[in-house]
Amino acid sequence: MFPTTRRSVIAALASDDDDQRRRAFDTFVALYWKPLYKYLRVARDREVADAEDSTQAFLAKCFENGSLAAYDAGKASFRTFLRLLFDRFVANELKASSRQKRGGDLARLDFENAETEISREHDRGGSPEDYFQREWARSVFSLAVERLRAEADATRFALFETYDLDDANRATYRETGERFGISETAVTNGLAAMRRRFRAIVLDVLREATASEGEYRAEVRSLLGVDA
Amino acid sequence: MTWLSDNAVSHLREVAELPDFSHTRYRIKSEIARGGMGVVYEAEDVELRRRVAIKVLASDLASEHAAEHMRDEARTIAKLEHPGIVPLHDAGLLPDGRLWYAMKLVRGWRLDELNAPIAELLRVFLRICEAVSFAHANGIVHCDLKPENVMLGDFGEVLVMDWGVARETGASDATIAGTRGFMAPEQEQGAIVDASTDVFALGAMMRAILPSNLPRPLAAICAKASAPAKNDRYESVRALANDISNWLGDQPVSAYRDNVVERISRWVSRNRALVTIVLAYLIMRVIVILWVHR
Ligand SMILES: Nc1ncnc2c1ncn2[C@@H]1O[C@H](COP(=O)(O)OP(=O)(O)O)[C@@H](O)[C@H]1O
Repeated sequence: MFPTTRRSVIAALASDDDDQRRRAFDTFVALYWKPLYKYLRVARDREVADAEDSTQAFLAKCFENGSLAAYDAGKASFRTFLRLLFDRFVANELKASSRQKRGGDLARLDFENAETEISREHDRGGSPEDYFQREWARSVFSLAVERLRAEADATRFALFETYDLDDANRATYRETGERFGISETAVTNGLAAMRRRFRAIVLDVLREATASEGEYRAEVRSLLGVDA
Repeated sequence: MTWLSDNAVSHLREVAELPDFSHTRYRIKSEIARGGMGVVYEAEDVELRRRVAIKVLASDLASEHAAEHMRDEARTIAKLEHPGIVPLHDAGLLPDGRLWYAMKLVRGWRLDELNAPIAELLRVFLRICEAVSFAHANGIVHCDLKPENVMLGDFGEVLVMDWGVARETGASDATIAGTRGFMAPEQEQGAIVDASTDVFALGAMMRAILPSNLPRPLAAICAKASAPAKNDRYESVRALANDISNWLGDQPVSAYRDNVVERISRWVSRNRALVTIVLAYLIMRVIVILWVHR
């Protein structure tokens, strides 16, 4: 039903197979566009229009073959590499102020949604790097939640949504069970199954988001706080 | 797309990491600690209605090597049934592939947190020696003995923990595993480890838990135990323990040749009653003689 082993999209972006590259790029964009955009807006104080243009132009450039080839997994995480590349890209873009816009054939990015997120209460502290790291983590989890939503049984997902995603009113298992008209045991089992699956999806996403085994483990450690 | 607040993200982080024990008789209650190999939780055994400690291997992505390693640890502890070694209750595999094992939940202190007079520290230390000696008799070397790996129960239990890097006597791959400062030179160099590797660690451990200005014989015991050259160390943990017992009982210790004054004073302190009687007698005699010859 779902692919068991996910490949690194970073590796796939360098592939000769256009189809494969295209799919890898979609995932890449889904994972990174929002953290990049929010990073410009919040950590680098850029205007909306500016940030939109830069994000789009940068992503389009990433799709060009070879632009991410300079990545050396031995030196830094891909996440850090990308952020630094982005910083440099934006700085050069500023210099060449008469840049031409490259729309690429990017799927439409929902900048409005990103703006809504920016207006919400969230941690803006620490260095720009910290901010990017946190937003990236949020992006990984969001993507995993959406994938879970797409594949899971609707009732079970609703259970997961009320109990694990809505931090405003976390009810007890018994209350949750009453609300859904199921037993407490069914709540326990349903939630356990969803969490187990969620965990597996997060690991999949990280597999895709990283370039090497070592980096994968490092990201799992930093994201889930567990050692590989 | 669902907005995930900071709280939701950190909650999901926990949820994604939390081991799923729903298919077992254990329910996770809280996290106790994170170690190098995994996370230790306090859990409830719902069958027996008691609390246990469960260690879960850090991750399912952990290489097969690590999983095997953890299985080895569980099997090692299972084999070592001794009052001074933390007892293993159960072991298994989580649905996500992670290994876990349940053991006695120890409530109390770690040895490095204990503050006590020398004699009491040494008595605890002797109990550690008994446990380690038992492991050696079963062909197992701990390889990571240090104060942090000994727990003291509230009711006098002394338990040697963390057999995660234990090796069979004669193995030669324990290098990475040990802790600097407690690791014998042969272990650091990746040479063969055996009982005397643990003797070294025990010597270093004694030094770590005892005050720095030790009586000379005790300092000599530490030095002999953690001598760089294997041949200069005690030949066994039992020999080390004997020397400590001797010191506690005011007997000569093999690690230290004392001078005449020390020998006399030790003899005196061991025979205090006799010495007092003889002295009293002599003083009395002197008084009588002086009185008679007045
Ligand atoms: N059976 C237990 N009961 C209570 N606490 C424990 C138990 N086992 C381990 N711990 C706690 O967990 C910590 C880490 O466990 P440890 O086995 O040393 O992990 P690691 O080998 O991965 O470093 C210990 O320092 C101790 O405080």
